[in-house]
Amino acid sequence: MGSVCGDERVGVDDIEGVFMTQPKIAIVGGGLAGLMAAIKVCEEGCPVEIFSIVPVRRSHSVCAQGGINASVNTKGEGDSPQVHFYETVKGGDFLANQELPKQMCEAAPHIVHLFDRMGVRFNRTPEGNLDFRRFGGTLFHRTAFAGSTTGQQLLYALDEQVRKFEAQGLVKKYEGWLFLSAVIDDEGVCRGMIAQNLKTMEVRSFREDAVILATGGLGMIYGKSTNSVICTGDAAASVYQQGAVYANGEFVQIHPTSIPGEDKYRLISEAARGEGGRVWVPRDGKPWYFLEEWYPKYGNLVPRDIASRALWKVVHELKLGVDGEEKVYLDLSHIDARELDRKLEGILEIYEKFAGDDPRKVPMKVYPSIHYTMGGLWIDNAHMTNIPGLLAAGECDYQYHGANRLGANSLLSSVYGGMVAGPSALKYAKGLKKNADSSPGVVFDRELQRQTELHEKIKAMDGSENPMKLYDELGDVMTKNVAIVRHNKDLEATDKKILEIMDRWKNIGVRDRSDWANEELIFVRQFWHMLELARVITLGALARNESRGSHYKPEFPNRDDANWLKTTKAAWTKSGPKLGYEPVDLKYLKPELRNYA
Amino acid sequence: MQQLIRIKIRRQDSPRSPSYWDEFEIPYKPQMNVISSLMAICREPVNVRGEKVTPVVWECNCLEEVCGACTMVINGHVRQACSALIDQLDQPITLEPMTKFPVVRDLMVDRSKMFDTLKKVHAWVEIDGSHNMGPGPRQDPNQSLKAYQYSRCMTCGCCCEACPQFNSHSTFMGAFAFGQVNLFNSHPTGKFNAHERLDAVMGMGGLTDCGNAQNCFRACPKSIPLTDAIAELGMDSTKRAIKKIFIG
Repeated sequence: MGSVCGDERVGVDDIEGVFMTQPKIAIVGGGLAGLMAAIKVCEEGCPVEIFSIVPVRRSHSVCAQGGINASVNTKGEGDSPQVHFYETVKGGDFLANQELPKQMCEAAPHIVHLFDRMGVRFNRTPEGNLDFRRFGGTLFHRTAFAGSTTGQQLLYALDEQVRKFEAQGLVKKYEGWLFLSAVIDDEGVCRGMIAQNLKTMEVRSFREDAVILATGGLGMIYGKSTNSVICTGDAAASVYQQGAVYANGEFVQIHPTSIPGEDKYRLISEAARGEGGRVWVPRDGKPWYFLEEWYPKYGNLVPRDIASRALWKVVHELKLGVDGEEKVYLDLSHIDARELDRKLEGILEIYEKFAGDDPRKVPMKVYPSIHYTMGGLWIDNAHMTNIPGLLAAGECDYQYHGANRLGANSLLSSVYGGMVAGPSALKYAKGLKKNADSSPGVVFDRELQRQTELHEKIKAMDGSENPMKLYDELGDVMTKNVAIVRHNKDLEATDKKILEIMDRWKNIGVRDRSDWANEELIFVRQFWHMLELARVITLGALARNESRGSHYKPEFPNRDDANWLKTTKAAWTKSGPKLGYEPVDLKYLKPELRNYA
Repeated sequence: MQQLIRIKIRRQDSPRSPSYWDEFEIPYKPQMNVISSLMAICREPVNVRGEKVTPVVWECNCLEEVCGACTMVINGHVRQACSALIDQLDQPITLEPMTKFPVVRDLMVDRSKMFDTLKKVHAWVEIDGSHNMGPGPRQDPNQSLKAYQYSRCMTCGCCCEACPQFNSHSTFMGAFAFGQVNLFNSHPTGKFNAHERLDAVMGMGGLTDCGNAQNCFRACPKSIPLTDAIAELGMDSTKRAIKKIFIG
């Protein structure tokens, strides 16, 4: 236990006592979903253990910029949670199961008020109320925002509340630990987990009554994306290989506006367009505002899948990219600079620092980038995976967004998912006839041994393949073939290439064999997991012969509800993912044509 | 001939082992930053003497200067590696771990002390619970905008590294803590517990240990007005001290 501070000093013995009499809940991941789940469990007086690769305050949630959706209707536009729900489902091209999104949209105003109460410095109206701005896929002002660092502010608010519980002795943090696998007993029930200390490299087993994975997305599979470097999807991939079902893997969001870089694609939030930013390319010597021309009703604020495809078309089919490159203009220069500073300072600063130009004066040059994982671990409406005792929340689960996520719904779904998963884990754990402490030791020992052996095996790898260069090959082929536009022959070739890389993975030579803070060994392990999920994405896309949301095949340009209004479920087998399907829960809204023109 | 970037890195295999310099040359590409250079080194970790070495270890995450992870000393100045563009740096570029925190390995340091400090100063707003309690208090938009500056602190440690008072032998908590106390004490409900936070920064390692060098403000990548926070808290804590003497 780390140092326990605060007024109510609690001795280590007391804390151990609390842990012994209560259910044992572990949360993996310290972003919005994980921390929200932790708060909900702690409020019930139950302690939690939080595992995170990075100090939780540095989780990827900090990267979210634009805001969080909630139909508070402060502008008197007639917005309501029902409209929010409808637009979320329509934005997702009707692939989302409808129960959880409906509950989420109804809870959204409460969630934004909660963050306000926690001290998030949201932008406010002259009267002192919360201000809201427009985002994609809606005509209402529905997005609450704190400058353009909203994710950072929300994460800090939860981090601070969790720190309070930590000071009270209810939270025990394992920062700098990597989740390796779940411990699953002979009845198929999750009884704990294996984690590795990233400094000492110690591999240890933990007995838990319930484990919540809140481990985020998988942008790193594409090499470069808007994601943080920890977003490898490895935790989800690991439990997928242990029998957890992975759903809708083929749905990966491409954000229309980012700054391409050598190390990553840096996001320029949709908020830029929400505040009046216009997208254009030069044509016949004049600016051509193609989104406004093609989609007069929604203009620059069409949903992301539609905007990204439009940018792709302008650059690749019409050959109108700025300077002949993969770039278009995103223009804020017509807006008052003080207004921009007040509402978008964070992104202006990013563009200035990384691209070297002042977006208050010149248009930004942007291009689409891999951004968000709609697919994820299959969960039921209580956020439980198909493995009892193993839950998932946040970007690593597949619910809420269907085939495409609306902007500013990700912070909301992460927080709401945590709000459901925390109490759900507690309820499950309290209902257990047999708790983790009474499970036979052999269950833990055998998984610990499996993971320790894998670590030793990787450490001994002395083949000729360079792991970083091999990883570049994965990113390149995924970005080329499994992104905005997908062709079946390319998807087939991609799967072949992934299989080839999997084969060559076995011939990797590691250069660092030390037992202290060895990042290379960790990377090689995560790389395998990325390959497993890359196959799920690619084969899911290959099978789905239609176009829906982010998944677009020119060979099958239309949505095909008769054959494909169903959730993809990938189950791991030795010979690769086995794809199954289940119907979408359409209990509230009937699918209709999705049109934003 | 291809243009090369020369980078000199102060390395250290473990917390107790001695540090040493390793020098690398990597091919130049436009728009590179220190992170993409480190990535290039790790693709082919061979130093200028032609020796195969272990890949360099460093901490990073978001790569857009918002998580605070990749803070290190670059050409003698503490800053984030992701926003340190190669075109703007003199060569050879020197990379060193922060000196005010224990080194874990190479450029990676342990800043957990900062998070412990946030506990000590009660850096949170007390809420009755996360259940539905309706809207929060109305707030003056101008006051809120001012407070927002402090809420961008990413606990990166630049202010600590630049401060002459902050080191492993002193208990001085570092300027970021005062920024956070100011943030919470200015919140309409956060200020209900202002006295607890004030007491924390009036104790050992608090405000009185500040030497007024003002390096913290200059080193902050987000230009957070830390010196303003120190001045305001100085006045608040004086008032509190007087009140404690006369009222108890």
